[in-house]
Amino acid sequence: MTLLILLGVSFFSAIILAFVGDRKFAPEINILGSAATFAAGVGLAIEVYMHGPMTAGGKFFFVDAFNVYLSVLTSFVSMTTAVFSRRYMRWEREHGRVGHWGMRFYHAMFQLFIFAMLLALLTNNVGVLWIAMELATLSTVLLVSLYRTPTAIEAAWKYFILCGVGIALALFGTVLLYFAAEKVLGEGGEALLWTNLSQVSDKLEPTVLSLAFVFLMVGYGTKVGLAPLHNWLPDAHSEGPTPISAVLSGLLLNIALYALVRCKVLVDGATGTHQAGYIMMGFGLLSILVAAFSLLRQKDVKRMFAYSSIEHMGIATFAFGLGGQIATFGALLHMLVHSLTKSSIFFTAGHASQMHRTQEMDKIKGLLRGNPLVGWGLMFGVMAIVGMPPFGVFVSEFLILTATMKDAPLLTPLLLIGLGVAFAALFRRVQPMVAGLVPANQHPLKAAHIPVILHMLLVLIIGLYMPDFLSQWFHTAVELLK
Amino acid sequence: MSINLAAQINSIMAALILLTAFGLLVQRRMYGLLHLFAWQGLFLSVSTAIVGYVSGAHHLYISSILTLALKVVLIPYILHFLIRQLHIHKEVEQLVNVPTTMLIGIALVIFSYYLTAPIRELSTLVTRSTLAVALATVMLGLLMMITRRHAVTQIIGFLALENGLFFAATSATYGMPLVVELGVALDILIAAFIFGIFFFQIRTTFDSLDVEQMTKLKEED
Repeated sequence: MTLLILLGVSFFSAIILAFVGDRKFAPEINILGSAATFAAGVGLAIEVYMHGPMTAGGKFFFVDAFNVYLSVLTSFVSMTTAVFSRRYMRWEREHGRVGHWGMRFYHAMFQLFIFAMLLALLTNNVGVLWIAMELATLSTVLLVSLYRTPTAIEAAWKYFILCGVGIALALFGTVLLYFAAEKVLGEGGEALLWTNLSQVSDKLEPTVLSLAFVFLMVGYGTKVGLAPLHNWLPDAHSEGPTPISAVLSGLLLNIALYALVRCKVLVDGATGTHQAGYIMMGFGLLSILVAAFSLLRQKDVKRMFAYSSIEHMGIATFAFGLGGQIATFGALLHMLVHSLTKSSIFFTAGHASQMHRTQEMDKIKGLLRGNPLVGWGLMFGVMAIVGMPPFGVFVSEFLILTATMKDAPLLTPLLLIGLGVAFAALFRRVQPMVAGLVPANQHPLKAAHIPVILHMLLVLIIGLYMPDFLSQWFHTAVELLK
Repeated sequence: MSINLAAQINSIMAALILLTAFGLLVQRRMYGLLHLFAWQGLFLSVSTAIVGYVSGAHHLYISSILTLALKVVLIPYILHFLIRQLHIHKEVEQLVNVPTTMLIGIALVIFSYYLTAPIRELSTLVTRSTLAVALATVMLGLLMMITRRHAVTQIIGFLALENGLFFAATSATYGMPLVVELGVALDILIAAFIFGIFFFQIRTTFDSLDVEQMTKLKEED
């Protein structure tokens, strides 16, 4: 029941907001809808914590330790993003960057996007998972082109075409998966249910599943933003409105990785080898290195952090590929802390570019003096994302590094180079932005502080002390993904 | 109708789908492309209905009708409307290296047969031999999206690719579960509206639908 409320709230909020349009209270309804979704998410989490995994709606939905924490995370970040977007989008509206229809569209699509992500997480059907992923893409395509500038339209077109094609290949992989499953489970919808598939994964035909995994990897990998399929990501993140960059980077990439990992478990069960893991490790490592070296050359602030997202998704993919208890634990934690940190960074970076009327980093200066909370928020956000203690990212990266040294020692230097270069690149860029005197082109701004403070506090707390329920979930999820 | 006859008709449909995929690859005129795409959808729909009849999987009739409504009537109609509204029906796209494109296309077909060989051996369905054609249609759609520069053409390539996926589902497994097929159809419908909006956005911003102009976003050195 809680599960249906969780999905229903965002869906109906989307419809309501489509009618409310550009009225004054639209952002408040957006926040209210997201907050209700978050409350339902917490309710669901408590239920799962008390009674363990469950299915609902005639096996159509199911919740276990792996997707419940991602659902709570998704609903939480979407709530804080809604809070952030209230001030952010009002500014954009007042400065004529987006019009009357744009705002109506923005709010409705924001909620629809959250619905699509939650559906992808909670569905038990691997086919519906694909549909929800596609819906998540479609609902954000026109949000990326919201500002109607030539570059925004170019970015959205790239996003539409590349992700459309990528995800089409994932559908082919799903067809192959169904082909193998049908032989074991019989025809009909039952054969695509995750709960059934995971029980019989060792009976599935290995040759078909390894072929299917290649398609699923390329398909969902495009959405995760793994190199060399990442080209759409920096463009979409830098040209779209900042709240959308925050949810794309913090949530959508996670969901795509979630889909990939679910499929990997089935393939591993069928083949009995580590082949799928090696493919993921390869893609992950390549993404880390490509992103780290691309970070060095960035001039646009949002574009730079988009590359940082590619790097971190690479780290998580690499760790899932590596497998084993520590690495998987680290990867799950990394998805959580990266999502919180990166969306907070996008919030501050968005405000910083509003204050300077530009996204070019050379022209952004003196944030600490101009608006201390934006400045410190960005500073701490970057410190957290590059993996400095005591923030949560340090813990997850440390775990992943330790596991790499143990299981694949030869890859450790490559991983360290990637992390080191990214560290240097981000720090070199952020210091001039936050330090120094207030430049002439800086304008005062009423920023949304609560989301940033909340996210950074959570990342800090997770870095210092991990609550029992969280580690218990992660341990259960690690068992599931073995 | 005996199973053998049905299988043969199905193979003919597969051949026609592949033929239209090659046709799409080199057709220069907008309306020509549109008609070829509609024909491909029709062959797909007939093939799905035949497979449904042979296998007794009656939900395939629903997907056949869905294909007919969506890929033969509605989407071509939307595209027709857009092409007329945007005044691009007389536009002729410049194609480079037609022979090379065709040769790559043929190589892709052979590659698809090679790739699906292990699956053909595992399958017991009468439609198993058409899976390679389905994958080839997907690959040809991809090739079309890579080689063409016009936004409308790229979208038709994308839809042809989707046709290939649909065909793969019917030939490998007698169709996906109904809830999945319905969902996929819904997604395609939403995509159709989105690219419709896109064409206007691109047109008003760039004055033409040639996507080659979109080269602003790249890494600076």
